[in-house]
Amino acid sequence: MKILVAVKRVVDYNVKVRPKSDGTDVDIANVKMSINPFCEIAVEEAVRLKEKGVATEIIAISMGPKQAQEQVRTALALGADRGILVESDEDLQPLAIAKMLKAIVEKESPDLVILGKQAIDGDNNQTGQMLGALTSMPQGTFASEVNVADGRVSVTREIDGGLQTVNLSLPAIVTTDLRLNEPRYASLPNIMKAKRKPMDTFTPEDLGVDATPRVKTLSVEPPAERKAGIKVADVAELVDKLKNEAKVI
Amino acid sequence: MALDFDSAALYNEKLGPEHHSWREHLRKFLAVEVEPFMDDWDESGKIPDEMWKKAADFGLLQLGYPEEFGGISEGIDQHYLNILSEELGRIGSAGGIASTLLVHGIGLPPVVNFSPQAIKEQVVPAVLAGEKRISLGITEPSGGSDVANLTTTARREGDFYIVNGSKTFISGGMGADWISTAVRTGGEGGGGISMLLIPTHLEGVSRTPLDKKQGWWCSDTATIYFDDVKVPVDHLIGEEGHGFLVILNNFNNERLAMIVNMEACARCCLAEAVSWAEQRMTFGKPLSKHQVIRHKITQMKQRINATQAYTQHVTQAVIEGRSNFGDLALLKVQASETMEFCAREASQILGGACYLRGNKVERIYREVRVNAIGGGSEEIMRDLAAGQYGL
Ligand SMILES: Cc1cc2nc3c(=O)[nH]c(=O)nc-3n(C[C@H](O)[C@H](O)[C@H](O)COP(=O)(O)OP(=O)(O)OC[C@H]3O[C@@H](n4cnc5c(N)ncnc54)[C@H](O)[C@@H]3O)c2cc1C
Repeated sequence: MKILVAVKRVVDYNVKVRPKSDGTDVDIANVKMSINPFCEIAVEEAVRLKEKGVATEIIAISMGPKQAQEQVRTALALGADRGILVESDEDLQPLAIAKMLKAIVEKESPDLVILGKQAIDGDNNQTGQMLGALTSMPQGTFASEVNVADGRVSVTREIDGGLQTVNLSLPAIVTTDLRLNEPRYASLPNIMKAKRKPMDTFTPEDLGVDATPRVKTLSVEPPAERKAGIKVADVAELVDKLKNEAKVI
Repeated sequence: MALDFDSAALYNEKLGPEHHSWREHLRKFLAVEVEPFMDDWDESGKIPDEMWKKAADFGLLQLGYPEEFGGISEGIDQHYLNILSEELGRIGSAGGIASTLLVHGIGLPPVVNFSPQAIKEQVVPAVLAGEKRISLGITEPSGGSDVANLTTTARREGDFYIVNGSKTFISGGMGADWISTAVRTGGEGGGGISMLLIPTHLEGVSRTPLDKKQGWWCSDTATIYFDDVKVPVDHLIGEEGHGFLVILNNFNNERLAMIVNMEACARCCLAEAVSWAEQRMTFGKPLSKHQVIRHKITQMKQRINATQAYTQHVTQAVIEGRSNFGDLALLKVQASETMEFCAREASQILGGACYLRGNKVERIYREVRVNAIGGGSEEIMRDLAAGQYGL
């Protein structure tokens, strides 16, 4: 069984981002970039499926600037077998990414595509679903458990009311939620081995995709500053304020 | 531009994707296996034994050592080692962990580079696997700066050296299975010094802990006594009388590791101070909006920038085999002064909060002195540089 895992290069989750002074975008000059945490979970799940003997090959793919090869290398060190980088300096948006993934799916015919449910930069939560629509593959999103058996994958999903389990025929798409697994760290020997693993590079044009952004960002502002709190004398005052000032109850 | 730990680093054009990948995984290893326990290790005065196995499984102990002895050296350059020292600084460790878990970094290279093959095979793989430990013994109760005049003696008797004397301030000394020890085999001065690998289980070796230290609490520091200890002659490291060269060679690696770590600790202080100054309100506005505090922060950054640029320069010289030991020695002074300055200013900015144990700035503050003294003190570094520059 072949697994395709998508990994995105994003601003590291430790970084406190701020808008550029002209408000056009988030300032990412000289900030640390990392693999999106949900994508890391996707890689971990693929590696576990390989360790269980379910998967035979894992391909890690990233789309973005040349430096996104760092994130592909990270996935290779964690256990992916080979990498693909689709290099583009465009602001790549979910639809373009889904189209490029579709092109790679047609090339590689994976049995399972695992993606993060969203990336922590755009928080779009769209790519997996769009890929599902474009390829007509069944999808199990927000996965907290994944089991593959007899040509099918059962995905336990975290939904508002609790857990829902869907059973999909392969090939299928899974997007990962936070509690699916705890990603490992790769050991130094595996990091060194990853250097020798193959990585193919394409451009959006090679894949026949027009990656021009469709959505325009108008402005970026920091969240409103939190105002200082007050102390209430008793529960009655608290309830009164919640009711009449905050108007939340 | 922000002033968190990563953003406050100058761009380093020499780092490629493989270096970033190493940092990424190392950071994760430290976040899972080290960072949550650092305060406990400090308070209990030791690092648990199982950490050596974990560090070996991850590949930390093997970093940079020859593959034939179980090391990992193919494709490893100085930047990998620098990244390790830097990441330890990022989590607020100014040498405590390095001088325990990684103290083989100063004890083992003499064996790797200069011991007979049979001894290498016996010692190196066991240390790199985390099964055995090795420390470095240069400093004596009578002094550490004046290495050429050390007094521990090794007298040749048949197939043995008979060792008498003592060593003090030996990092990892309580747990060590071997000490790479500087001894006097010949006459006075540097030319009479040899390096000898002394197994600590031999009769006549005894040790006492120096466990009430200002900093490096998690690190076991020892005074070691040698009383007619019979050491087989094949334990000589390098040739007789060449000990001083072995020591000098070793010092430069140790110093670069300390330098990179000290700069990272300074940067850690900067990042902590900035994060606090942006949140803490005094006199109706955040601390970071008061001019005095803004100047403290930029003065820290100014010195950090200078140290980083200088470190990049010296690292490149080391990689290309053209290092100037004077420049390296002065960089150690630059780094310890920068760390001292930043620890002080960050402490001021944090105020009382910094006086409580369990935060990075407090730990770094109490580890300033050992960095300014150990591995060659500031005074000795300046003196060495003056000599190198032909003064
Ligand atoms: C926690 C800790 C761990 C250590 N670990 C190790 C270890 O693992 N192995 C090891 O061998 N050593 C170790 N050391 C020892 C360290 O290397 C020495 O402390 C250092 O070399 C200084 O030696 P000293 O303390 O004897 O000071 P001294 O040599 O007595 O010097 C005292 C002071 O005088 C200054 N001074 C000396 N000579 C001159 C001069 N000619 N001109 C001007 N000023 C001078 C020095 O700079 C210093 O400030 C450790 C020290 C500490 C504190």
